[in-house]
Amino acid sequence: MEDLATVVEWSRAQFALTACYHWLFVPLTLGLAVIVGVMETIYYRTRSQKWLNITKFWMTLFGINFAMGVATGIILEFEFGTNWSNYSWFVGDIFGAPLAIEGILAFFMESTFIVVMFFGWKKVSPGFHLASTWLTMLGATISAVWILVANSWMQHPVGMRFDPDQMRNVMDNFWVLVFNDVPVHKFLHTVFSGWTLAGVFVIGVSCWLLMKKRDKEFAFRSIKVATWIGAIGLGITLWTGDESAYDVARYQPMKLAAMEGVYDGRVGQGLTVFGVLNHGKQPLQEGVDTYNMSFEVDGMLSMLANRDMNTFVPGINDLIKGIRLTPQGDTVWVESIADRIEKGKIAINALEAFNIAKQEGNKELMELNAQIIEDNFSSFGYGYLESPLDAVPPVATTFYSFHIMIILGGYLLLFFIAAFIMAYWKTNWFETKWIQWIGMLSVIAVWICSQSGWVTAEVGRQPWLIEGILPRNAAISFVQVDNVIITFSLFALLFTVLLVAEVSIMVKQINRKGGVESYALLND
Amino acid sequence: MLLEHLQIYWWLLISVLGALLVFLLFVQGGQTLLFTCRDELNRSMMINSLGRKWELTFTTLVVFGGAFFASFPLFYSTSFGGAYWLWMIILFSFIVQAVAYEFRSKKGNLYGTKTYDVFLLVNGCIGSILLGVSVAMFFFGAEFTVTKGNILDGESPVISQWVSTHGFEAIFNWKNLLLGFAVLFLARMQAGMYFMNNIAKDQKLFEKNKIQVLINGLIFVLFFLAFLAILLTSDGYEISANEDGFVDVITVPYKYALNYGTLWWALVALCVGTLMVLYAYYRSAFTRHFTKGIWWSGIGTILVVLSLFWVAGYNSTPYYPSLIDPSSSLSIANSSSSLFTLEVMSWVSILIPFVVAYIGYVWYKMNKTPITPDEMKGDDHKY
Repeated sequence: MEDLATVVEWSRAQFALTACYHWLFVPLTLGLAVIVGVMETIYYRTRSQKWLNITKFWMTLFGINFAMGVATGIILEFEFGTNWSNYSWFVGDIFGAPLAIEGILAFFMESTFIVVMFFGWKKVSPGFHLASTWLTMLGATISAVWILVANSWMQHPVGMRFDPDQMRNVMDNFWVLVFNDVPVHKFLHTVFSGWTLAGVFVIGVSCWLLMKKRDKEFAFRSIKVATWIGAIGLGITLWTGDESAYDVARYQPMKLAAMEGVYDGRVGQGLTVFGVLNHGKQPLQEGVDTYNMSFEVDGMLSMLANRDMNTFVPGINDLIKGIRLTPQGDTVWVESIADRIEKGKIAINALEAFNIAKQEGNKELMELNAQIIEDNFSSFGYGYLESPLDAVPPVATTFYSFHIMIILGGYLLLFFIAAFIMAYWKTNWFETKWIQWIGMLSVIAVWICSQSGWVTAEVGRQPWLIEGILPRNAAISFVQVDNVIITFSLFALLFTVLLVAEVSIMVKQINRKGGVESYALLND
Repeated sequence: MLLEHLQIYWWLLISVLGALLVFLLFVQGGQTLLFTCRDELNRSMMINSLGRKWELTFTTLVVFGGAFFASFPLFYSTSFGGAYWLWMIILFSFIVQAVAYEFRSKKGNLYGTKTYDVFLLVNGCIGSILLGVSVAMFFFGAEFTVTKGNILDGESPVISQWVSTHGFEAIFNWKNLLLGFAVLFLARMQAGMYFMNNIAKDQKLFEKNKIQVLINGLIFVLFFLAFLAILLTSDGYEISANEDGFVDVITVPYKYALNYGTLWWALVALCVGTLMVLYAYYRSAFTRHFTKGIWWSGIGTILVVLSLFWVAGYNSTPYYPSLIDPSSSLSIANSSSSLFTLEVMSWVSILIPFVVAYIGYVWYKMNKTPITPDEMKGDDHKY
């Protein structure tokens, strides 16, 4: 196939583009749905016109954002087929199921009840309407469950076996697939980060209204709800973020090494809180510093990765060479990447032999090769790599995105502590200009934080689509590169044009004439 | 349960989703009718009538794709990766649709209401025609090969390979286009019927929609009859086991006509469905005030599409014939997921009646009172 590497890179770029755009809208949908649900619940219980206005204001912004989430989401599902067709067959037996369940359980729920949410104020009872709002939120969250189960499985493939007869992987344990640590932590981390993002968004918009000296009461009520939802979201995000890092240490040690820029690990490995990488540093290179500057907390990475400060965390070079160190400083040799490449090639060759034996009807040879495949299958994907260095993800992107996420996550913790203090005790502080500016600029910060998390997760697992089993160059479609370049350009143009329109509409809605009170008329 | 039974069951579910999707394309048909209406108020009522259903069509398309992925992943891999442009154009048309409703009348939308209405028109035309084309390929095939052993070749590992036109050849195949245009005009006819049902009685608009039903229905019937004639006289493939125990794919003259003969229930569905659509057409276009056309035609459409899927996939028929390598043709047997996955998915499918029930209930609640001019003039949330 001509230009295989180029097709792979453009297909990756296209998927990354659509995923990044999609993730601009989804977390706001997930979190704003909860905030709107809480606000409508308060209205339902109090029958206060003010709470109804507040609900409708945020619901309108929710609707505008939801449309863009839908528009960017459809393409992601189909891109697995259009651009990653080998992937679709090789693991479709496992990966397709969560997507189908997502459609059946979540998408129909969302699309059915969102209609009631927006158009049903006069057509159904208040109770039915409230239930519809919460069901829309539930639909969005269930949707996240299944897509994150699918994504987690790519990072930690379990509940499956390889079937040489069909030359693909098949599911053999659905419950392990759904309920192992990785999807559970990933789901909680991702969904609750959406709550955090929406909380900051609502506070930021409220700060804008306060700056313009409009709808003061509305802004304070919104801030209180958003602070609670955002803070709950952040608490769970931080906790599950730690658990997710622990998962990464166990199942994707190369990713962890890249996240922290660790080339040569040690017992009591420090955590780099802040650092500037030396871009001249390459894996297996001796005598070159990793950082131009850094600030490290000793032993913390060992603590995070192994729950014990006195343990070894392997670096990139250790993983390539297959080295572990004991707390006593002894070297233990384990499987190197070169060994795994060798095993992968054995598995691939055995599969070829199995295929020939099958055509010849030689059952004995089939069984023999099936056993060889099974013994070596955990390294199957390594057989496609040309060099051990191919197993190393882009260190700089992974390192910086991870640290941006961590630093901004820390900032958000301070932000919500301050928001609580100001929402309940020092309310007049919110009327200070510089605090309002901080509130508004934090909206940009939380989005950068959110995107950085996904960049870490997805870039850090390269070169794998399925960890250890399927690298990106074996997962591709048979499409000439020109086609992908054209569709990439069209997506980039279209999504940008629509994003600009969405932001413009949002700004107009927020600055709507008559302020929040104008929403009293809406839908009554 | 045997794998074979589950493959049949999942093809049935795919058929149901496909049939529902074709019915729900009345939303797309309605979008193409908007430009025929010059009266702003009527146009607003039409858009808002469709706007409460567009997400259902959209979702059905997404679930159709997801269910195909889960149950017949080799189709997903072969068709989407191969007919790249066919699917990409369909997807582009649905992307612009998704924002058009919400953005079109909002202040600050930057590009003007007309731009978003053009998005709706593009989605209405392109979406309907190309989805029809993609279904027609179940009968008239495509130029692809499937070689699972390619996965072992590091230089060229792709198992499903397609001709370099990547779907354009399917789009410009006249046989495929017959069904594509039939779907478009069916959608337009049904949109007229839906407006007659969902928009409060306004004699002028009602009469206009009657004319739309009359014209579009007639064109639909012509395209559909042409498609049916070609289909019933076409050769098709059949899978049969040879003496060595391997599978052969042989060409059978009049395969789809023979399938209708063998699968009598498919023939019944085709006949009953066609009669229901024709009845809806006649009553809606030629009687004074018939508002139930959408239901008669809708159920009829579902039955006809079901019958088409059945003759495409059952009775040892490969549902995705390869024109250049018959043995690469996809059948429900060689393209499906494993027994375990189909079992898991089948348990999940038990929830489908529950999903259908709440969709039906909400549809009933929201459509109980038709859309009125007053609703459009007020400050209600509207598109």
